[in-house]
Amino acid sequence: MLLHTINKSPFDKNTFDICISHAKKGSSILLIEDGVYAVMKGTAYEGKVKDTMKDVKVYVLGPDAKARGIDDSSIIDGIESVDYVGFVELTANHDSVQSWL
Amino acid sequence: MSDEMMDEEGGVVKKFMYVNRKAPYGTIYALESLEVVLIAAAFEQDVSLAFIDDGVYQIKKGQDTSGIDMKNFSPTYRALEMYDVEKLYVEKESMEERGLTEEDFLVPVEVLGRQDMADMMEEQDIILSF
Repeated sequence: MLLHTINKSPFDKNTFDICISHAKKGSSILLIEDGVYAVMKGTAYEGKVKDTMKDVKVYVLGPDAKARGIDDSSIIDGIESVDYVGFVELTANHDSVQSWL
Repeated sequence: MSDEMMDEEGGVVKKFMYVNRKAPYGTIYALESLEVVLIAAAFEQDVSLAFIDDGVYQIKKGQDTSGIDMKNFSPTYRALEMYDVEKLYVEKESMEERGLTEEDFLVPVEVLGRQDMADMMEEQDIILSF
């Protein structure tokens, strides 16, 4: 299965929407850089993210979230935070990576 | 122009608004805007900062860039007061769709609805967009 990465804010670009409409059941999405804003609780995107999580495992790159003032307690429950080593492991554990820009 | 304001030395004071629409770190816009604001502050102009769309993330509390090897420039927003830059406006709609409240910001701001923000822009002499 694919590992999808998203590096744009869902509020700024349609990258998140396009990605989730192409992510097949059982694939994974890793939110990095400005993509991490999608993981915050209480945003207009929370419902969409939770819907996505029914079929797709969602990860966030912890250092990028912390840089932007998003601490673990403000991340939607069920989203797994990974560090750079975790990023590499995800890459290695999937067949290929689709980097949505 | 008759309605121009003057400072003590007779220099012209214009109303400058810096419109910030980008999140910090992902692009260079936020940092560049801040640099320009600080430079312009030295010229004693009437400066306002508007934070709309993802620009509201620039002043979010709790930024810690130690894990991404980038400078955390968010404390600089707190120093703007020393340069007499005290008019900071946040657009209400932008703040709310991002699940943020006034308490999430690291500086005191005035929250304005979109219509009031539009009026504020109309009042300016110069608008610089980042």
